Amino acid sequence: MLSINDLRASIEGKEILKGINLEVKPGEVHAIMGPNGSGKSTLASVLAGREEYEVTGGNVVFDGKDILELAPEERAAEGIFLAFQYPVEIPGVTTINFLKTAVNEIRKYRGEVPLDAAQFLKMVREKAKLVSMNDSLLKRALNEGFSGGEKKRNEIFQMAVLEPKLAILDETDSGLDIDALRIVAEGVNSLRSPERATIVVTHYQRLLDYIVPDYVHVLYKGRIVKSGPKELAFELEEKGYDWIKAEVEAVG
Amino acid sequence: MSTETIDLKTRLITDFYAREAVLNGEASSEYHQKKREGLARFEKLGFPTIRHEEWKYSNVKDLISVSYDFNAESSIGLAELEDLKVPAQEANILYFVNGRYNAGLSTIISPVEKITISSLAEAYKNDPARVSSYFNELTKDADDAFTALNTAFTQDGVFIHIPDNQQVEHPIILRFVSDAREQNVGSQPRNIISVGKNSHVKLAEAFRTLGEQRSFTNVVTEIHVAEEANVQYYKVQNESDNAYHVGTTQVRMLDRSHFYAGTVTLNGKFTRNNLNIVLDGERCDAHMYGLYFPDGSQHVDNHTVADHQKPNSESNELYKGILRDKSKGVFNGKIFVRPDAQKTNAFQSCKNIVLSPDATMNTKPQLEIYADDVKCSHGTTTGQIDEEALFYMRSRGISRPEAMSLLMFAFCADVVSQIKIDSVRDYLENVITQKLASK
Ligand SMILES: Nc1ncnc2c1ncn2[C@@H]1O[C@H](COP(=O)(O)OP(=O)(O)OP(=O)(O)O)[C@@H](O)[C@H]1O
Ligand SMILES: [Mg+2]
Repeated sequence: MLSINDLRASIEGKEILKGINLEVKPGEVHAIMGPNGSGKSTLASVLAGREEYEVTGGNVVFDGKDILELAPEERAAEGIFLAFQYPVEIPGVTTINFLKTAVNEIRKYRGEVPLDAAQFLKMVREKAKLVSMNDSLLKRALNEGFSGGEKKRNEIFQMAVLEPKLAILDETDSGLDIDALRIVAEGVNSLRSPERATIVVTHYQRLLDYIVPDYVHVLYKGRIVKSGPKELAFELEEKGYDWIKAEVEAVG
Repeated sequence: MSTETIDLKTRLITDFYAREAVLNGEASSEYHQKKREGLARFEKLGFPTIRHEEWKYSNVKDLISVSYDFNAESSIGLAELEDLKVPAQEANILYFVNGRYNAGLSTIISPVEKITISSLAEAYKNDPARVSSYFNELTKDADDAFTALNTAFTQDGVFIHIPDNQQVEHPIILRFVSDAREQNVGSQPRNIISVGKNSHVKLAEAFRTLGEQRSFTNVVTEIHVAEEANVQYYKVQNESDNAYHVGTTQVRMLDRSHFYAGTVTLNGKFTRNNLNIVLDGERCDAHMYGLYFPDGSQHVDNHTVADHQKPNSESNELYKGILRDKSKGVFNGKIFVRPDAQKTNAFQSCKNIVLSPDATMNTKPQLEIYADDVKCSHGTTTGQIDEEALFYMRSRGISRPEAMSLLMFAFCADVVSQIKIDSVRDYLENVITQKLASK
């Protein structure tokens, strides 16, 4: 489904991603962990199409298409969704209006007829319930004045509405209380299916108790330096990253 | 075609005396004497140059480089006006074509036995003493050449007189149409509005142009707001790319009155709006909202004054603009707090989005505070569209142009929502949506 080959990207002349390789098959959950500043959000942003990053090498194939050629909105319409580490506040645009525009723009891209107001509202209500998203939040300006947890929940709510094929969650767990964490995880799990895949970027094993990954990767200095089964996450939680850093330095 | 330079000032002065010569007895009237004072003042001041502090960023050279027909006849009918229309609503609608009232096109539905809504010319015919006493009362000390010029040439406009304790149910919409299909046309409407104690009214001035020739509108509106009155006043400019507009709205507010102004410049080659509010009462509040969208080589200049003369009043101002191409914007907001005006609250904010590197915005807040117990704040921002917000929206499948127009519409929303005449607000929402989508 997603195949990342020797992906290199830089910002302001500084190379951040230094040859990433990753293969994600339908139905899989991949966790990406790694120390601060190692390039996890950069990878997520490059996949979503943030234009500030310059891709200097490699390619990314999603469902047979080279997505690096596509605009962010086209990638979204192809089925890629990024839950932001820091969701953006957009004053004056209500969450509900924003999502309606998004849903119908994507439908247009796919050659489907737009949803009318009633159909859309019905769908949104169901999804809001799924992530216990309060109705009043939907009517407020997008993320404006939302608490940290509300913003993260809003990301998962949007994901539930857009039903992406590939969801990339960038530290969606940070800043969530235990109940919110469970709700978010349930939201993610309810979308799991043999056709969909998820990449979870996280610092904590905690989330992986709920969203059990098939693979865990460690990103360090712009490379995936270690991959393993879900048990790798326990090991990292216990031992930190020093041993991995030492391994990398030893190899040179 | 030769580029003839003309001396508009001399022409206008000559014109004045030619008109005066045929006035007969009327020339000695109080009304005409006030016009003479206007002419004298205009003669002394002359058209401003950019050396004039108030005109530093707005050059009228182009505006005064051609002549205009100030008496142009127009055969305009409802059919031609159809596409210039603001959508219908139960309202008093008064048409002024090339500055003169057109009774045939107009509809007045409010009870005229209770409130006066008429053309200025007719009001003067019916009651010269009353009209003369209001005429130029608020603007007599204005040091502004265009205001003086308007005073000298006052012929028509609207005269609205609302006695005390009246709730004017239907909004009053004044439509000023320049018929510039055949020639360069000029008009100098003068509007006099007096709102009695505890009376409520909503009114709008809408400016449109028909045709491709040049139009020059020099409008002055004087608004008297008595104690406890509540006035909503909107000015909507959607003129041609060849329209020049200079306007002054002069307001005087008395105790516990409320005044709301919304000034929206949708289109026009050169626009200068002066909005001067004198808070000559205690516990009154003035609100000023503005919005402008210049593109191409258009120029929009808003000068505002909130002059606090008495204690315990509040002024509150928000102007917003989106500038494209090579357009220029100017905002100058003055707040005066006179020595007596203790416990004044005055807020001012001007926010701009500049979408092109060739567009410029000049903002200048000017606070002059002579009282010590006051709360004043002001702020201006000029920036680009928020790229983070754009990326966020695009990552959800919203195309770049669609995301841009959503963001810009949201930017305008807190001004548009202040417009309390439904048909005018709907009209603005429509035009703005189209404007934001078209680029
Ligand atoms: N706009 C930018 N300009 C300069 N450097 C940047 C920019 N964006 C990211 N970087 C740098 O790229 C590196 C990787 O950042 P990134 O946000 O991808 O890390 P991360 O792995 O997500 O870290 P964290 O765990 O703290 O979220 C960091 O050193 C960061 O400072
Ligand atoms: Mg990060």
